[in-house]
Amino acid sequence: MIEKKEGTVEAVFQVRDLTKIYKMGEVEVHALRGVDMELFSGELVVLLGPSGSGKSTLLNILGGLDTATRGFVSYRGRDLTKANEQELTEYRRFHVGFVFQFYNLISSLTARENVAVVTEIAGNPMVPEDALALVGLTERLDHFPAQLSGGEQQRVAIARAISKNPEVLLCDEPTGALDSKTGIVVLEALEQINRTLGTATAIITHNVDIAGMADRVVHLSNGRITEVTANKMKKSASELQW
Amino acid sequence: MKGQVFAITLVVMSGVATFIMFISTMDSLDLTRNRFYRDYSFADVFVHLKRAPESLKEKIKNVPGVHQVETRVSAYVKLSIDGFDEPVNARIISIPDDGRPLLNRLHIRKGRLADPAKDNEVVINENFAQAHGFNPGDAFAAIINGKWKRLTITGIALSPEFVLLMKPEAMSPDFKHYGVLWMSRKALGKAYDMEGAFNNVALTLHRDAGLSDVLRDLDQIVGRYGGYGAYGRKDQISHRLLSEEFKQLQTSSKIFPTIFICVAAFLLNVVMSRTINTQREQIAALKAFGYHNLDIGLHYGKLVVLMILPGLLLGTAGGIWFGHLLGDIYMAVYRFPFLIYTLHSGVIIAVVLIAIASALVGTLHTLWRAAGQPPAEAMRPEAPAQYRVSLIERLGIGRRLSQPSRIIARNIERKPIRTFLSIVGIAAACATMISSGFFKDSVTHMVNVQFVLSQKEDMTVAFTEPTSRSALYELQELAGVRYAETYRNVPVKMIHGHRSYKTAIRGIEPESRLHLLLDTRLKRVALPPAGIMLTDHLGKILDVRPGDLLTIELLEGSRSTRQVPVVALTKQYLGVMGYMDVRALNRLLGEGDAISGAHLVTDSLYRKQLFRRFVQMPRVSGTVVRTDEIRNFHEIQAKGMLFFTFIATLMACFISFGVVYNNARITFSERSRELSSLRVLGYTRGEISYILLGELGLITFIAIPLGFLLGYWLCGYIAQALASDLFRVPLIIEPKTFSLAAAVVLASASVSGLIVRHKLDHLDLVEVLKTRE
Repeated sequence: MIEKKEGTVEAVFQVRDLTKIYKMGEVEVHALRGVDMELFSGELVVLLGPSGSGKSTLLNILGGLDTATRGFVSYRGRDLTKANEQELTEYRRFHVGFVFQFYNLISSLTARENVAVVTEIAGNPMVPEDALALVGLTERLDHFPAQLSGGEQQRVAIARAISKNPEVLLCDEPTGALDSKTGIVVLEALEQINRTLGTATAIITHNVDIAGMADRVVHLSNGRITEVTANKMKKSASELQW
Repeated sequence: MKGQVFAITLVVMSGVATFIMFISTMDSLDLTRNRFYRDYSFADVFVHLKRAPESLKEKIKNVPGVHQVETRVSAYVKLSIDGFDEPVNARIISIPDDGRPLLNRLHIRKGRLADPAKDNEVVINENFAQAHGFNPGDAFAAIINGKWKRLTITGIALSPEFVLLMKPEAMSPDFKHYGVLWMSRKALGKAYDMEGAFNNVALTLHRDAGLSDVLRDLDQIVGRYGGYGAYGRKDQISHRLLSEEFKQLQTSSKIFPTIFICVAAFLLNVVMSRTINTQREQIAALKAFGYHNLDIGLHYGKLVVLMILPGLLLGTAGGIWFGHLLGDIYMAVYRFPFLIYTLHSGVIIAVVLIAIASALVGTLHTLWRAAGQPPAEAMRPEAPAQYRVSLIERLGIGRRLSQPSRIIARNIERKPIRTFLSIVGIAAACATMISSGFFKDSVTHMVNVQFVLSQKEDMTVAFTEPTSRSALYELQELAGVRYAETYRNVPVKMIHGHRSYKTAIRGIEPESRLHLLLDTRLKRVALPPAGIMLTDHLGKILDVRPGDLLTIELLEGSRSTRQVPVVALTKQYLGVMGYMDVRALNRLLGEGDAISGAHLVTDSLYRKQLFRRFVQMPRVSGTVVRTDEIRNFHEIQAKGMLFFTFIATLMACFISFGVVYNNARITFSERSRELSSLRVLGYTRGEISYILLGELGLITFIAIPLGFLLGYWLCGYIAQALASDLFRVPLIIEPKTFSLAAAVVLASASVSGLIVRHKLDHLDLVEVLKTRE
């Protein structure tokens, strides 16, 4: 358990014995082999591991995009493993913000409209312009994805993810498609959101250097959590280098 | 790509099948007709006259250009059939006593020819026999030259002269009420006092003979024997109707396959553009290995051909099958001894080449791009799609649009050509549907105008020859006749400058209650007290305008020539003729107040009694009952219409399904990544379906009104192409035809929508996040 700044200690996610087995033809792939972990309100966790370690599978199950073969995941006390398709859609709609490696923006919509796609359906959203201001894109509101750099596109994606005021932000290799300089700008945005809005944030990466900015680092390998470390000396994103 | 190839197959198949169906049916009917005409010596020229001595035959034979001459005796008779109370008329024609006519030979289906020694034996035509269930050995009664005679059927036959049997001035064939009888010349000549004489001539011409010269010479020769004007094959009613039908087939064979082939080319273009876009890297790799542009182009060219191949094969098979079906439908009305189904290999080669060429032309641009890309450029992923704010948003209308609606608007606007062609494709499906309904609507309208609004009598009685007006009083006296009105019909040749046309003038009572002259706006046209009014088509044929003087050669009675001013033209759908006030006509003829017949309003309770009475009256040559005409018309039309409507519906479904499905599939594959992203962001299945299906729905909804317009234009074109002196098809399309067309398009679009919706429900949300587009 981690003590946060204001002393609140509440688990957003509780994961117990989470197992995921894929069938690839006749071969069974054990993506997760009995994972236990928590994600607490307001904390920033980095899930670190090589490709194939099971980190994306874990994030997908936490995000309600995939279902577990066995085990238990609760989100604020609600059992996600028992949720049906409709409940999962609702869960994603109101509670989770996603940031993907390849941004996944709607190319026919401007930056502002890409954010509005989410604010239109969310329960308690921000104004799209405010969300974009938080990631420093006030000047690029009416630009289409094709007119934005990779870093800018990813920042639009972050603005989109946070605009619904989610309780948790799940980021899958958010800097994977970016050079290090741009990647750091994106991480700064994530860090700022986590700090100012207190959104619990999980970042998946295979980049060890990014772990420096986390409150906790969860190491995954071969479908298991091998180690959980708390950063005593947490770095700010701007201090990172790779 | 399976689904898309399937959609393309449906469209190509439809195009090839309709092409082969129409062309093969036309070729088959043409070949069958020509073979029948040749084998059974169909005459080139016909003329009917009052009575001429047999010796005149030699004179006719000596006319330059004449090859063979056959003289005949022919008359209209009334029949009485046991158990059938309605009036039946027939034309009776002589055949030489040796049973071997030189011309218009009979093809005996059943039984034998009539015995020349017997005066009570006849051969009857097949349609008539079938309508009454007659077989050789059966008998019925006929009034021949005023005398009752019981006639025994010895045979059932077909004649090239009556491939399509129509009663003069009828609107459609009526096999129950009108037949043809053949009797030996000796017996018929005796009955009509024509021993050693004749009243009908058929002849053939030498190949190099000039038809108009022969007709002129012939008219001169038979003129003083009461000739009614010689006419060539092209004016012979059976031949004439066949030719009109061929014209209709020819028009259809051009229009419908063209629509399909264009739609198929467009679909291929869309599918190939997408395929090539997704295969950019493979193309680059192949080129990097040293493949030439030509090789790459050929590879995709082969793919195009391969994609239309199933459609070509199925379409050819389907076309042959439909051709046979259509042939059978024609054979039920058109009587040939056999139908020689023919499909020239040239037709198949042509359709294959047309289909392949259009498919390649449709995809040429894409192929060109595929082959021309430098490998390095092709290796790079395609640049992200460029979008801009759509026009409706710039106009301010779209400000309140939701983001999903915005996505729809911008996607539609980003590919304007594809969107436009999709709209046109669906509109073409809608138009195809409308054109099939149009025939029914316009024919129903024509029948309604002709038989309901214009002709209000219950029945019409025709006299054997012009009769004194006193005959009207005789009719009025009959029990069951409530009201009677006379008419006068005079066969004439109208001449204006170097143009001439043989038709009739109908004299109508000026304040007629039963026979109203209507224009196409269904307004009653007042008949001028003097001068002649022509149907506008006749005006066109003769190049006359109101005020012009028309020369009229009377083809009966005094046979003199008169000048009559044209006072008006009236638009009418059926036939071409002149109308005059009956009194003015009689003045012109100098015949006093002669009449040709009467229109009657009768009491339905007395109808059978009246029929029997008319059969007895020697002066009455025939009776036509209006309700029979209407019913019969619909029966004859129904079968053919049903088939065409079925084919058109099927084709319209294929086109709209093909276009919408293809569009949906392509849009789905282009958009699946974004749609999955939206699902991840918490959009429901319904909400993302809206984006994809909303776009298709919008295209379909825009296409339908355009389809209405296109359909209207297409029908107008068809109507114009079919216009002849027999009829002018009015451009009438009922609202229900429009609604049915829209419904068919919407239904097939919905089916394609549902298939794609099913795919949307099975999007792999995880997979899409891992890959860059």
